[in-house]
Amino acid sequence: MNSIFKIKELFKNFLIEVGELSYFTGRFFKEAFRRPYEFKEFLRQCFYMGNRSLLLVSVTGFIIGLVFTLQSRPTLQEFGAVSWIPSMVSISIIREIGPIITALICAGRIGSGIGAELGSMRVTEQIDAMEVSGTNPFKYLVVTRILATTFMLPILVFFGDLIAIFGSYLVENLKGNVSFLLYFNQVFNALEFSDLIPSIIKTFFFGFAIGLVGCFKGYYCKKGTAGVGLAANSAVVFTSMLLFIIDFIAVFITDIFYDL
Amino acid sequence: MDTTVPNLKPIIEIKELKKSYGENHVLNGFNMVLYDGENVVIMGKSGSGKSVMIKCLIGLEEHDSGTIEVMGKEISELDRDELDDLRTEVGFLFQGSALYDSMTVRENLEFPLRRHTKKFGVLEDTTPIVMQALENVGLAHTINLMPEELSGGMKRRIALARTLILQPKIILYDEPTTGLDPITAKEILLLMKSIQEKYNTSSIIITHDLDCARVISNRMILLIDGKNYIEGTFEELSTSTDPEVQAFFK
Repeated sequence: MNSIFKIKELFKNFLIEVGELSYFTGRFFKEAFRRPYEFKEFLRQCFYMGNRSLLLVSVTGFIIGLVFTLQSRPTLQEFGAVSWIPSMVSISIIREIGPIITALICAGRIGSGIGAELGSMRVTEQIDAMEVSGTNPFKYLVVTRILATTFMLPILVFFGDLIAIFGSYLVENLKGNVSFLLYFNQVFNALEFSDLIPSIIKTFFFGFAIGLVGCFKGYYCKKGTAGVGLAANSAVVFTSMLLFIIDFIAVFITDIFYDL
Repeated sequence: MDTTVPNLKPIIEIKELKKSYGENHVLNGFNMVLYDGENVVIMGKSGSGKSVMIKCLIGLEEHDSGTIEVMGKEISELDRDELDDLRTEVGFLFQGSALYDSMTVRENLEFPLRRHTKKFGVLEDTTPIVMQALENVGLAHTINLMPEELSGGMKRRIALARTLILQPKIILYDEPTTGLDPITAKEILLLMKSIQEKYNTSSIIITHDLDCARVISNRMILLIDGKNYIEGTFEELSTSTDPEVQAFFK
């Protein structure tokens, strides 16, 4: 009986959270198209987020390209299919690994940062102070951050993909003596617009999800320092889950288009 | 301090204000009037609903029932833009100062200014107004510092300067001297008094500090169980024989 009650409570809380997030999303779209636009703050956030994540995305991308090629090389060598490595690596990185890994890194780096920053602003009454000074804190803090993550993530993914492919090229160059020109010629021959377009579109959704959840958790942070930690932590957990759901939906829709 | 009320024109009127959080009835029919040019001190135990009351007054919290009229406007009937316009007339000094910690002192003060072009027009250069506000609180030299570089008393002064920059007619103080040493608390108190005299503002001050209440109040309200328990001047309340009232003055 007790466990049934607990499950009921959990389900109820989940529905409340989904309802609040939907309202928050609706408010974002309403405020995003209303004047005044906080263009300066949007640019500041873009610079801050891009700058803060660039090194991490680069290092991770480089290692993924490197490891992916090193791991798959021996198996492909058995079948005499080493020449397929550039095509295989580029398609898997562009279509799937690049966007999802970069998005997960940014969820940890940017999403938790937004959750903690807005959470601490809520706890120290800075958001209330903006409100009483007649400023709309939702527009200034939330809209700018969500737009910044939405536009910056595709750029970071693009950059991460390039670095990952370059990492793969280095392995091929060292192990198989493949030239830069030959490697990248094969990469571009293998890629089609049908690989790039769905991948680019889904990264906008990934970025939107990271900004939205981070802002939602931080903006409605409960009082106290524990609340700030919880906001940052749950922003990462909830965003990571959401990223996989968005990815599944994106792959599902892309698959329908391929069948057509 | 002269405790006579300069002008008997009500600037804030609160009637039968109620606010609950679940089963916790914080405000239970609170009433008050603030007259133009008057300073009212509200005292009460922790958790008696003082801070909730001033947050309802500025629209930070929605009240459950009752009416709040600020400068003739009913708060619950205002839309977002109207409420923002009204907020330029009502300053709020937070207990923890609430300075924006990612901005310099200058940016903290400029922040409300550049959003209220209706009141001030489009300002090409905000420096004279920012400097004037900082000189009022004696901290002009901190203009380019970050909040983390300031002491608690300095933060409170800068927060007061930020509150004043929109030239409000009413200032709400939420425990302005709490957490400060006695000397700094006295400085803040004198500053509040000089601002009131210079700009002829009306104020509601929430405090537990008896010195503050004695120096600045025209009238005091004791808030117990979410209702006004007693109202009067500092002298009247401090000489009251009611044990509930005396408990605050011991």
